[in-house]
Amino acid sequence: MSNDLEFEKPIIELENKIGELEKFSKENEVDLSNEIKILKNKLDNMKDEIYENITPWQKVKIARHKERPTTLEYIEKIFTDFIEFHGDRNYGDDNAIVGGIAILEDTPVTVIGHQKGKDTKDNIKRNFGMPHPEGYRKALRLMKQAEKFNRPVIMFVDTPGAYCGLEAEQRGQGEAIATNLLKMSGLKTPILVVVIGEGGSGGALGLSIGDRICMLEHSIYSVISPEGLSSILWKDASLAEEAADIMKLTSKDLLDLKVIDKIIKEPPGGTHKDLDLVSENIKNYLNDEISKLLKLEKKELLNNRYKKVREIGIYN
Amino acid sequence: MLKALFRKKKYATVSVDNDNNYSNNIKKNENKKQDDIDNKLWTKCKKCGEILLKEDIKEDLYTCGKCNYYFRIPARERINMIFDKDTFIEYDKELKAGNPLEFPEYDKKLKKAADKSKEVEAIVTGEGDIKGIKAILCVMEANFMMGSMGSVVGEKITRAIEKAIEKKLPVIIFCASGGARMQEGILSLMQMGKTSAALNRLSDEKLPFISVLTDPTTGGVTASFAMLGDIILAEPKALIGFAGPRVIEQTIRQRLPEGFQRSEFLKEKGFIDKIVKRKYLKEKIYKILYIHTMGSERYE
Ligand SMILES: [Zn+2]
Repeated sequence: MSNDLEFEKPIIELENKIGELEKFSKENEVDLSNEIKILKNKLDNMKDEIYENITPWQKVKIARHKERPTTLEYIEKIFTDFIEFHGDRNYGDDNAIVGGIAILEDTPVTVIGHQKGKDTKDNIKRNFGMPHPEGYRKALRLMKQAEKFNRPVIMFVDTPGAYCGLEAEQRGQGEAIATNLLKMSGLKTPILVVVIGEGGSGGALGLSIGDRICMLEHSIYSVISPEGLSSILWKDASLAEEAADIMKLTSKDLLDLKVIDKIIKEPPGGTHKDLDLVSENIKNYLNDEISKLLKLEKKELLNNRYKKVREIGIYN
Repeated sequence: MLKALFRKKKYATVSVDNDNNYSNNIKKNENKKQDDIDNKLWTKCKKCGEILLKEDIKEDLYTCGKCNYYFRIPARERINMIFDKDTFIEYDKELKAGNPLEFPEYDKKLKKAADKSKEVEAIVTGEGDIKGIKAILCVMEANFMMGSMGSVVGEKITRAIEKAIEKKLPVIIFCASGGARMQEGILSLMQMGKTSAALNRLSDEKLPFISVLTDPTTGGVTASFAMLGDIILAEPKALIGFAGPRVIEQTIRQRLPEGFQRSEFLKEKGFIDKIVKRKYLKEKIYKILYIHTMGSERYE
């Protein structure tokens, strides 16, 4: 399969070999159970070895994997009665951000997220999950709506970054993101952020100010892409792997730097191997945290949110 | 005065661009020693190429006397330009960057930036008077790692805003930045959220925030406090944008039109309240603050 990740290839080769042996033993009625057992043991060890030592660059690959589930897939698994709403009531509708209302267990919520495409055609429609200003403004409109009707806001973050184009600049990409940061810090309803894939710089941050920030285990979040960093540092985008090693972009790094609150476990190899499991993990986390947040007075909620973002930074 | 003697004197034009030219090379070598001395006194206008006396540039508020090109101003000079004499009280001048990611070469870069700019970080903050009106001023230092925002810049701005809330003062930020500082990774990105959240609190207190955009204001600074002013002023022809022009050209694979992402363009698109020439900035800011103090008296 062409979608396999490079570092998983030894696993897949061994799995195929075991499959062949099993088939051979069955067809020819030869007892190979001992050999198969040895190989299966080897496979388990290999999986442990590989999956427990995933490098930052391999995580980048998983986070960008084309089978990695996107916002709409999580919405379908986690919520019921999702109704998508469109447009920023000013310029247009940006397909790189989706949003609407839904029910989480028994709680009405507003759900918003970056949306990548599932294939080339879809990706063109979604602009590869890279929003224009109207996307951020649609998100803000839906957040204000959530505040008005007292619904918690759930954010799914998955973007290579805000789009860097002519029209995006013309319509105020910087202003749109900045306004979201300011308004989200004061939104009088709980905001919970789940980074599901790529947290690409300001484009990710524009949907990421909240009371709880969690990351899926193999998602990434960074100030610049590894390619971008390596081309700035070494004038060579092909050294992205080395850049990924130094830039601290994994969920573990961000937890250590106190930027996020929680890492949500993924199955070995990534969420695309078991979407149901990961959706269940996300749902449980959201349920637990929303019930805590809904108990807070608005003032306390906002004070805590301010403190949370206020405390980030390390200096002497 | 010695300065007056040098005034308006033109420097002999020597081509230093064409290194293949043998005779020029010889001439260059002969003049090298003299150049070293002169470089301390003279500089070349980046736009029109005029050789200018550094003292003159300073006198002209860091503009070119010939073509009116705006040089980038050291933060301290800007503060002198905006605040009344001897009224500036600096905040948090001891705050220094760490190296939280243990990013290679970062310590060295910080040291080099400090030597070059004579500042400890890419921003100076404090309070002072503008024609008698008290205000809090944050000025970014473009000579310190391109005015990039890391933990210290974010923290100093946030503290200045919090101080403004405590003292009920207006805030003015002079932006000059290439964006977030990559050497502090995700922590730099988060300073955008932090400063914006502080500005939301300032706004809740109905205290005015004037953002002044100078060349260059890009990246994470544009996508946070720079664009959040109640009033957004800009110096003429400053580069202002979210993505840098080169990144955009690479993305769209075409050349950008002349004047794209300059102050005048942003004003036309509706993102800037007013473009103000450098020499009128103090007066304009004073008037804006003055009108706002009148408003608050009415409600007191
Ligand atoms: Zn000039």
